[in-house]
Amino acid sequence: MGQFTPTPHDPDERGHFGPWGGRFMPEALIAAVDELAAEYEKARTDPSFLDEFNGLLKDYAGRPSLLTEAPKFAAHAGGARVFLKREDLNHTGSHKINNVLGQALLTRRMGKKRVIAETGAGQHGVATATACALLGLDCVIYMGEVDTQRQSLNVARMRLLGAEVIPVKTGSRTLKDAINEALRDWVANVDDTHYLLGTAAGPHPFPLLVRDFHRVIGIEARSQILTKAGRLPDAVLACVGGGSNAIGIFHGFIDDPSVRLIGVEPGGDGLDSGRHGATLTAGTPGSLHGAMSYVMQDEDGQITEAHSISAGLDYPGVGPEHSFLKDSGRAEYFPVTDAEAMEAFALLSRTEGIIPAIESAHALAGALKVGQSLGPSGLLVVNLSGRGDKDMGTAVEWFGLDKENA
Amino acid sequence: MSRLAPVFSQAAAEGRAALIGYLPAGFPTVPGSVSALKAMIESGCDLVEIGLPYSDPVMDGPTIQVAAETALRAGFRVRDLFDVVSAVASSGGRAVVMTYWNPVLRYGVDAFARDLASAGGLGLITPDLVPDEAESWITASSAHDLDRIFLVAPSSTEERIALTASSSRGFLYATSVMGVTGARDVVSSAAPELVRRVREHTSMPVGVGLGVRSGAQAAELASFADGVIVGSAFVTAASSGEDAVRALGAELAAGVRQAVTPA
Repeated sequence: MGQFTPTPHDPDERGHFGPWGGRFMPEALIAAVDELAAEYEKARTDPSFLDEFNGLLKDYAGRPSLLTEAPKFAAHAGGARVFLKREDLNHTGSHKINNVLGQALLTRRMGKKRVIAETGAGQHGVATATACALLGLDCVIYMGEVDTQRQSLNVARMRLLGAEVIPVKTGSRTLKDAINEALRDWVANVDDTHYLLGTAAGPHPFPLLVRDFHRVIGIEARSQILTKAGRLPDAVLACVGGGSNAIGIFHGFIDDPSVRLIGVEPGGDGLDSGRHGATLTAGTPGSLHGAMSYVMQDEDGQITEAHSISAGLDYPGVGPEHSFLKDSGRAEYFPVTDAEAMEAFALLSRTEGIIPAIESAHALAGALKVGQSLGPSGLLVVNLSGRGDKDMGTAVEWFGLDKENA
Repeated sequence: MSRLAPVFSQAAAEGRAALIGYLPAGFPTVPGSVSALKAMIESGCDLVEIGLPYSDPVMDGPTIQVAAETALRAGFRVRDLFDVVSAVASSGGRAVVMTYWNPVLRYGVDAFARDLASAGGLGLITPDLVPDEAESWITASSAHDLDRIFLVAPSSTEERIALTASSSRGFLYATSVMGVTGARDVVSSAAPELVRRVREHTSMPVGVGLGVRSGAQAAELASFADGVIVGSAFVTAASSGEDAVRALGAELAAGVRQAVTPA
């Protein structure tokens, strides 16, 4: 089955996954999302589009990404076998490039010259700036001021790539507010501008097309694990902020009922502390950034601030298909704390020589728990969604790496 | 029958457009918003839109964002909204509420409609709810006899204008520019064209908003719209005090009575 083949799991034509998804957004932007949906419908069956997209994935992004076994890490996971889907090895260092190349090609097809995007950790912003440099598109990245400080290297990378980076100083000054500001830009400039949303959230058709651009992760991983392990895994794990890397790998296994799909959420300081970003575990139904989904909100429906050591997971919403998969029971979601994620971050670095993104370290921490429950017969695939170079500032502070004997 | 019909029929009988002013409840304070809204009505607003401060106001520019943040930081709660509506309505003012959709969802769509109606509110403006997703709101607003005001934009297709018009009751809110709220120096050239297109689909009154701050701009809009909507300029005035609110209200009220055809 191809990456863009319609599936029984697609939303209805107005973007609803059961009660989730849809378009809860200003009328002024409806024409733009209608145009995008129509363009995507044409592109997904257009051989010239598919050839160009697949060519870029192969010759520019470096796909297929590897599936690497991590035996010394796995010794800490109850002895289960653990395989890592190496999205960290893609060009720009994360899975984000898949979606960005796809949407940048759609932008060009629509005749638009300018791209705007939000970014949290900077992975999506760097990927977007990269694709815009490649395809000759103007690029503006909105990034919460707090995130520009904790991810300053990525800000420099984006600027080097020719993008304008605008620090967002409203609200919690993180990812949620960067999306708000990007939406404000979009409504004022929609004629010549595409909003290149970085996660499988937002109004229809974003959850569908972002998922489809990332389905390659799961398609590759399924084939690779069958080759390397000779059977399907017991579980596939991925971190979930907005949920794009998770939905991409989940879809490779969604029709394999024996494979558990496990999303690991940012537990921050712990659910009891109230300082976390575990939207699916602890949120309630609401509309945010254009779609119905679980959100973190107070009893008045004011969106509350998420907290996570990982800027890329620091988001009080989640993609609507994850809400659907949670309710249907096809996928399961649980949180790990900042401390558990950082422990897994160090563990993978020391045992396997792979420094993961702190986002991905959440999935690794989840794998340690799931592996311990499965024992030595277990077989896990973990989506290593990004590399950790960008996180060294956080790691230096967390582990005191600037001190001797650290 | 629309609850807002008298607003527009009275203005039409006087050969002018209606003046519609916006202020968030709770700004600068809850009692302060009540007295500012009353001052807006006394100085010439035919209708007030009472905003519900929201954490993520994606359709608002800096002025209204800051006002909403101010209200929320001071502890504004949704229940305060109904008190503000009630205070305005009981003093004889006509009021609708303007809100992002999530707080309504959280409150319960039918409960929100019930409590708004019992506070004396006449309808609801929903900037991030399109008719396609509004089934529960259409049911609840009909059950509680509230007007529902959806928005149309310069980017709306004919098909969407027709859908929005047929789903609305009271008036249609036409956003004059592609952009967020905030005072602007010139009235958009897109506004007359949008209103002309809307009128091909409905005889419902059309209010035009986004960017209006002066009597001259109000006069220009009044030449082709049934209602002139002013938001950020009232918010700015309310932060200076009630005298500023009254002065702006008087200037705008004079403006809607001096409709001029733009050159």
